[in-house]
Amino acid sequence: MEDRILMKGNHAVGEGGIQAGCQAYFGYPITPQNELTQYMAKRMIEEGRVFIQAESEIAAINMVFGASLAGARAMTSSSSPGISLKQEGISYMAGCELPGVIVNIQRGGPGLGNIAGAQSDYFQATKGGGHGDYHLIVLAPASVQEMYDLTGEAFDLADKYRNPVIVLADGILGQMLEPVKIVNKEAKLNSSVKKDWILDGCEGREPRMIRSLLMDEGALEEHNWKLNKKYEKMKETEVRVETDNLKDAEVALVGYGTSARICKEAMEIGRRKGIKVGLIRPITLWPFPEEVIAENADRLKAFLVIEMSLGQMVEDVRLATNGRCPVYFYGKPGGGIPEVDVIVERINKILK
Amino acid sequence: MKKLFSRPESLTAKRNLYCSGCGHGIVHRLIAEVVDELGIREKTIGIAPVGCAVFAYDYWNFDVTEAAHGRPPAVATGIKRVLRDRIVFTYQGDGDLAAIGTAETVHAANRGENITIIFVNNAVYGMTGGQMAPTTLIAQKTTTTPLGRDPKIAGYPIKISEALAQLEGSVYIERVTVNSPKNTVRAKRAIKKAFQNQIENKGFSLVEVLSMCPTGWGVDPTDAVKWIEENMIQTFPLGVIKDKNLTAKGDL
Repeated sequence: MEDRILMKGNHAVGEGGIQAGCQAYFGYPITPQNELTQYMAKRMIEEGRVFIQAESEIAAINMVFGASLAGARAMTSSSSPGISLKQEGISYMAGCELPGVIVNIQRGGPGLGNIAGAQSDYFQATKGGGHGDYHLIVLAPASVQEMYDLTGEAFDLADKYRNPVIVLADGILGQMLEPVKIVNKEAKLNSSVKKDWILDGCEGREPRMIRSLLMDEGALEEHNWKLNKKYEKMKETEVRVETDNLKDAEVALVGYGTSARICKEAMEIGRRKGIKVGLIRPITLWPFPEEVIAENADRLKAFLVIEMSLGQMVEDVRLATNGRCPVYFYGKPGGGIPEVDVIVERINKILK
Repeated sequence: MKKLFSRPESLTAKRNLYCSGCGHGIVHRLIAEVVDELGIREKTIGIAPVGCAVFAYDYWNFDVTEAAHGRPPAVATGIKRVLRDRIVFTYQGDGDLAAIGTAETVHAANRGENITIIFVNNAVYGMTGGQMAPTTLIAQKTTTTPLGRDPKIAGYPIKISEALAQLEGSVYIERVTVNSPKNTVRAKRAIKKAFQNQIENKGFSLVEVLSMCPTGWGVDPTDAVKWIEENMIQTFPLGVIKDKNLTAKGDL
């Protein structure tokens, strides 16, 4: 039977994790993601799994590090300033090749910023965030249903590649209520991926070690090339993007998450007015869907990138066009929300 | 003929890279002996710190992970909570445990995590070149206190074990040293108890080991063992700081 229940985005993330077999959740209070931590505090205990309110975001990510190296599906969540604190741990996880899911319900920044939804952590999520050469898979839900679905998928991807995965949403999606179809898949407590690298005591096998310190000459270079192979494979295999009305479009709007919803409305209004506008919605922000941008760069008159920031993803769109098509930007930082009317007006201006 | 002495199974044959007179090799060995004696080698997961002892993973013959600087108690929490029947311990220096990782240490203790912490206090940052540690003694010269630690500028040597003993969640805390055969035997007894507590699900145990760092102190190895006696023990007195089991039984 299919359950469709009205759910808050933050709760949907939690339930998505639980249905995907998340065995351990570690959190720390921060607005606008508190409903998620509170939801997990109740649900994880109900399911007989591990929940800890950590003393800091730094401790929370390191608890994820520990649970993950012991073989468990583990997760933490926070909002922008808290995600900054987790970067050290994320870098270590990437270096040690530990899977794990990190949810960022973005708020306005820099600094303490505000508690409104924002999209100003795109650079942090997609370009490294912490120190060292590494990449994370970054998933960007645009509905409460996707908050649920992509959190589950994040666990599968994390295990598949032995790599941390970020779910990058925002305060609006976190607080939003929408119907969600709960897939009652048998909770995959033991993920299907065989983990022959975990530390669970060396009974019947040689001792193992997990580390990112590689001091022998050339050892770290070799390790990083190995990681790079994995990143190349992700780029080949994991790109997800939704396109709409692109076929006859003259202008393509590009937006992710909440911005994509605004773009959709602007596209529909534009179409009703006879404007040939389409939409590209990246679902993976890393790997970035550069191919669909590149394929349409010669044909389109322009791309218009919409973000709740001063312009971050726009750089990736520009790179993908490689100068073959003009790229325009309209965004609002600090918790501001791009306006549909302004988007339509901008498209008109571009086409004039 | 009866074999009286051999390398513990929990210790690899790898030659360690520690300086001559360093206490780490002794403490590594004590842990290996205890793990062997308790028969827990195949269910033990050790956590090596950032600092000289990061290389511990080369010297122990059981599962070992590295943790970011100061984070071992949080990593241990994550492991122990999902593998409750395994034995999880951290091995941490003074900078790791009592400076950058103070919050993780205090809160793991306060939650009463059923883990064991071996805290090696040598009053100096060894790996990075002899800088002031949180436990550096008053007037002790280090590369960042070239005139000696002045409490007006750099505060006081932190008695973290005494502070942790104040927390409801800690069960057993003892300070020992490895500067003589007699003291080393005592140190081993304390380490064994800290592991035994975990096996019996008693909760958070920590053993602070005052350990020699001749290189960091600028003395030769024989003077280093005396230095502990003459200087460190004055600030960091040896003995049981807390034993909840004893208190509960009214033995203390």
